[in-house]
Amino acid sequence: MSYLRGFYLLLAVALLLPIAFPGSYYVTVVGVTAALNAILAVSLNLLMGYAGQISLGHAGFFGVGAYASAILTTRYGWNPWPAIVAGMAATGVIAFTLARPILRLKGHYLAMATLGMGIIINIVLVQAGSFTGGPDGLGGIPTLSLFGWRVNSDLRWYIVIVSVLLVVVWISLNIINSRSGRALRALHGSEVAAEMMGIDTGATKTQVFVLAALIASLAGSLFAYQQAFVSPDSFSFFFSIELVTMVVLGGMASTYGAILGAVILTFLPELLVVFEDYEVMIFGAILMLMMIFLPQGLFVGLQGLVRRVLRAKQGSERGAA
Amino acid sequence: MLDQILQFLLTGVTVGATYALVALGFAIIYNASDVVNFAQGEFVMLGAMSTIALSAGDQGLPLWLAAICAVLLVILVGMLLQRFAIAPARGASVVTTIIITIGASIFLRGVALLLWGKDIFGMPHFSGEEPIQIGEATILPQNIWVMGGAALLVLGVHYFFNHTLNGKSILACSCNRTAANLVGINVGMMMLIAYGLSALLGSLAGILVAPITFTSYDAGVMLGLKGFSAAILGGMGNPMGAVAGGLLLGLIESLAAGLISSGYKDAIGFVILLLVLFFRPSGIFGKASAERV
Amino acid sequence: MALLRIDSISKSFGGVTAIADLSFDVPEGKVYAVIGPNGAGKTTLFNMLCGIYTPDEGSIRFRESEIVTLPPHQVAALGVSRTFQNLQMFFNMSVLDNVKVGAHLRSRTPLWSAALRLPQTRHEERQADNWAREALSFCGLEEYLRSEADALPYGVLKRVEIARALAAAPKLLLMDEPAAGLNDTETKEMRALIRRISESGITVLLVEHNMGLVMDVSDRILVIDYGSRLAEGTPKQIQNDPAVIQAYLGGEVQYAI
Repeated sequence: MSYLRGFYLLLAVALLLPIAFPGSYYVTVVGVTAALNAILAVSLNLLMGYAGQISLGHAGFFGVGAYASAILTTRYGWNPWPAIVAGMAATGVIAFTLARPILRLKGHYLAMATLGMGIIINIVLVQAGSFTGGPDGLGGIPTLSLFGWRVNSDLRWYIVIVSVLLVVVWISLNIINSRSGRALRALHGSEVAAEMMGIDTGATKTQVFVLAALIASLAGSLFAYQQAFVSPDSFSFFFSIELVTMVVLGGMASTYGAILGAVILTFLPELLVVFEDYEVMIFGAILMLMMIFLPQGLFVGLQGLVRRVLRAKQGSERGAA
Repeated sequence: MLDQILQFLLTGVTVGATYALVALGFAIIYNASDVVNFAQGEFVMLGAMSTIALSAGDQGLPLWLAAICAVLLVILVGMLLQRFAIAPARGASVVTTIIITIGASIFLRGVALLLWGKDIFGMPHFSGEEPIQIGEATILPQNIWVMGGAALLVLGVHYFFNHTLNGKSILACSCNRTAANLVGINVGMMMLIAYGLSALLGSLAGILVAPITFTSYDAGVMLGLKGFSAAILGGMGNPMGAVAGGLLLGLIESLAAGLISSGYKDAIGFVILLLVLFFRPSGIFGKASAERV
Repeated sequence: MALLRIDSISKSFGGVTAIADLSFDVPEGKVYAVIGPNGAGKTTLFNMLCGIYTPDEGSIRFRESEIVTLPPHQVAALGVSRTFQNLQMFFNMSVLDNVKVGAHLRSRTPLWSAALRLPQTRHEERQADNWAREALSFCGLEEYLRSEADALPYGVLKRVEIARALAAAPKLLLMDEPAAGLNDTETKEMRALIRRISESGITVLLVEHNMGLVMDVSDRILVIDYGSRLAEGTPKQIQNDPAVIQAYLGGEVQYAI
């Protein structure tokens, strides 16, 4: 199917990177973080980019998944796999309960409500110390293993997390190019018209909100096993904002854009380390400048640029002929 | 018990007064330009931090002069923010402007980190630290400074919008930019004034409350969020609603901290905010808007 | 037989009466027009018929079943579709996708099935594509198939909206001022399109200001003023109704059909 062309390219890149740069820190360490962030960004993009429902609390669902896995495996001795499922179930219930009332809100009110939701989850993680280990976090989380294949090296984590990313991207592309995906984009475009075309906008919003939350929860569990340690800092309001930034930076309503945004925002701090004390300042400045000059996002912006260059080239060739 | 509650109320009003000023700043900018300015908290931090920096050491300025300079500085920052970050992105979506202002707030925090490091700074109380007894409750003179200062500022803003030409012009811009332009209002200038005013409120809030709460480069984050919550609680479109929202949020948090759990006070504040939004989606004092088909 | 039966509905907004005790029947297979001066309550009426507003009183029956309390998507599911006075396009989508949304109700694929691209999904996807293409060519829009909605002129978008509504295969099509903002050529095309829609067996309920168009395409006309019925009848009867001429046309306006 034509819409999967980009997906095959992504698949090829994912396969080639560890072969081209064996043992590279930037592939198997930073790259894995980027892939994890990309999973989150792609899921948030379904909700925000396509359905047009901003969420400043996505890190909360990421946190619920991570902590569910961490607590169930360390305190109750669960096997990691059922713990992932339990985490997703818990996240699903929370998301489903909150979806209706929250998604009735619009614009800044929706932003505030999701922000509040994320912060409440974070505060619970900090305060419920007897379960969550409080601000110090929770360590000693076992790693995943699949039929005796223990995920215990950077490369193996690369394989696992990048595979999950590819599946999530595939699912996301399938949805977008389907009846459900059109319903999402329709309610973004005009809620009244979507209703008149028979789309139950309330139910549709709830579905995508829950789906995005489930994916975030899965990413959270993977994160917990990969790090073997969780603390509330990883799931703060700042991380929610960072996820939103990834989506917008890459380009709203573009799955590849979300991945691009995640990669850039993960690598940027690595590159800015050389600026030491100026790091935070430069990060803020870059964020502002990109949004001012490329409000459509990098992916769309770059596409436009490439198209313009190609057209100019064609024009000059035709002129020469 | 009652005395305790009185104490909580007094604390709540002090905290609430700070929130109210930040929320008022949010509401002013929102009404003038439809932007939720996430850098609002940074105005508060910059106000306090630069006052401390300017008055520090033997060659430092006297506190009052340092405060005035700091406020002017932050007003300038506010205007620069409008001119170089908000104005060029006119017509951008809600999310884009949110990220621009978040970028601005990270930038300002980065500048503060660079200048002053991660230390926590205190500021001398304006008129001593002798507690004043009110029944069984006590209150610091600085608390009175905060409440009184906030009250004066709120009245000032009210007067500005209802009785001065510039104030009314800003309101006109918020109603209809094109029409405002047509009747000869300098829209660009009005935007600058709105951001400057908002920066003024934020920085003064920071300076007033710094002696009680101390300050650091990242003190603006939570205050900004609280200000936004308060503004939403009151209803975004209504500046005086924002003030009421601020006071209410301060009271709720103070009572929650005292009576339930100090660790969960922020969470309780947000839970109440969510409940209000669920049942009154446009805030307590906001007008419901109807979509026209 | 009446496809749509409106029985003494009323609606007021904050004390201002928009529709007062209005009743009428829309016969099946006809073009039924509602006319009246600006502010007469036509759009309010439309919004009640499709479930966006709930009337304060009265009943609306579509094919014998009460729809007064249903939300818009359930009204749509019964076979009512509509276009809008001010365009409500999905500007974030291509023309083809816009019209495919119209076919939403004709397939069933749930989210999880779409996510995994199950065979049923692929099949329905092809169907939706065909339905959308049919609707587009019905409205003479084949050339815009691949265009993005935000790149098209107003007159074309008006027709894309109709194509989108038709892709739902409705029994009743509500058209809110289809000719508003169109030039003479486009209005002529619109007139022909409304006829074609009617000939294909779809009942049309029309609100329109262009009297020439209304008199030409309508089988029956309802005139409302201040939210109440002023007159009802065939175009001929309406043209010669003294009350209509007096109140609505100001008693002196002559117009050519």
